[in-house]
Amino acid sequence: MEQLSKEIKEKVRKLFEEEKVDLVIGYEKGTLPFRSTPCFVKNAEDAEKLVWNSCCENNLAAYIPGMKGKIGIIAKGCDSRSLVGHIKEKQIERENLIIIGVPCHGMLDRKSVDKIIAGREITDIEEKPDGIVFKGENFEETVTKNELLPDNCISCSHRNPVLYDILIGENVEENKDTDEFGKIKEYEAKTSDERWDYFSQQIGKCIRCYACRNACPLCYCKECCVDSSQPQWFGKSIALSDAQVFHIMRAFHVAGRCVDCGACVRACPMEIDLRFLNKKVEKDVRELFNFEAGINLDEPPPLSVFRPDDPDGFIKG
Amino acid sequence: MEEGKESSGSNWEPKLITFLCNWCSYAGADLAGVSRIQYPANTRTIRVPCSGRVNILYILRALQHGVDGVLVSGCHPGDCHYLSGNFSARRKFAVLSRLLEYVGVEKGRVQFSWVSAAEAGRFAEVITEVTEDVKKLGPAKRLVKNSD
Repeated sequence: MEQLSKEIKEKVRKLFEEEKVDLVIGYEKGTLPFRSTPCFVKNAEDAEKLVWNSCCENNLAAYIPGMKGKIGIIAKGCDSRSLVGHIKEKQIERENLIIIGVPCHGMLDRKSVDKIIAGREITDIEEKPDGIVFKGENFEETVTKNELLPDNCISCSHRNPVLYDILIGENVEENKDTDEFGKIKEYEAKTSDERWDYFSQQIGKCIRCYACRNACPLCYCKECCVDSSQPQWFGKSIALSDAQVFHIMRAFHVAGRCVDCGACVRACPMEIDLRFLNKKVEKDVRELFNFEAGINLDEPPPLSVFRPDDPDGFIKG
Repeated sequence: MEEGKESSGSNWEPKLITFLCNWCSYAGADLAGVSRIQYPANTRTIRVPCSGRVNILYILRALQHGVDGVLVSGCHPGDCHYLSGNFSARRKFAVLSRLLEYVGVEKGRVQFSWVSAAEAGRFAEVITEVTEDVKKLGPAKRLVKNSD
């Protein structure tokens, strides 16, 4: 990790010295021991601030829409897939983007860490080959990294950046034996009533803070349909029906675009199982249109095109 | 909608919203009318320029407001007045219909069909079938606002 941080700093400094970028988006050490925060580097000296560790969870691609000038950006596998989406959706020109790809071993899930630490105060954290060491007053605990990974990292099949200009370190081995839709298949096997109950129970927690939308790299519309008051598409209450329609719509809007970076799940203060919806839509788009988001720059977004022989079994007659 | 809900006993009749495209299905419905073909009067028609014009929020809003069934009907593939509106619609609806069923909205509550301007008999058949399907499902409860 130290080695990768050093390499990132060097590469970014060089980019500024060669005047190839106006801005680099990366991560710096956060104010808490196991948090890294997004960092905007504007000159060669500031490149010193950049770090790389297992807490660089944010999907930095979320900052790209609306950015001007030449942008350098640190990208994990999922982030690079979001960037592919942005380029395809004309949010940024490929030539204005310098992608500094970093192969990823998965990022720590704060909620899992909280559960293991159970209220004790962490003062320091160290990454060792056999696990993550949490240190605090009167305790030191080593936890294997796999116990601390969020669901989307466990089932991730694109740990290496799919698109990059500079690669930091070496590519890691991809997860081959993951069944990323395993949970969805379990849900699908349940009865309609059971699924409805689960959906209602999960969405019943929603406080309509829209953190999921704001954190999502794909939700960049200037005006979101949920904010519109004329026409008012969505009731503004936390009535179950309003929240459910909002979540169905949110999942639908990321159909064929979502790369399962987990930003919405991390942002949700109520711990709603948002992947219940996102992954289902991802699975359907894969089955129906044979499309995987954020892989190929030349393939148009699936809901913006069609084929005459698209599946139509659901249509009468 | 309130009246329909109250009489949800044996005399209950479902209320359907049908979104019909101006060029095919709406004309088909019109032909069914002038040909005096009988079909259930449970449906309320909303004319749209094209099935591609149907935002999925229209469907969700209709369900929220308590309709018992939604039907979207457009031109047959290849016959769209705007050439490809119904093809684009088909992709959207394919994703939506799976998603709705997945979250627990009963299969058959939201349906799709292609009906051309000449298919008056077909239109009557579709409306009859959808009405029967929704009758079997009973009054809508899921996604309806202010219901328990």
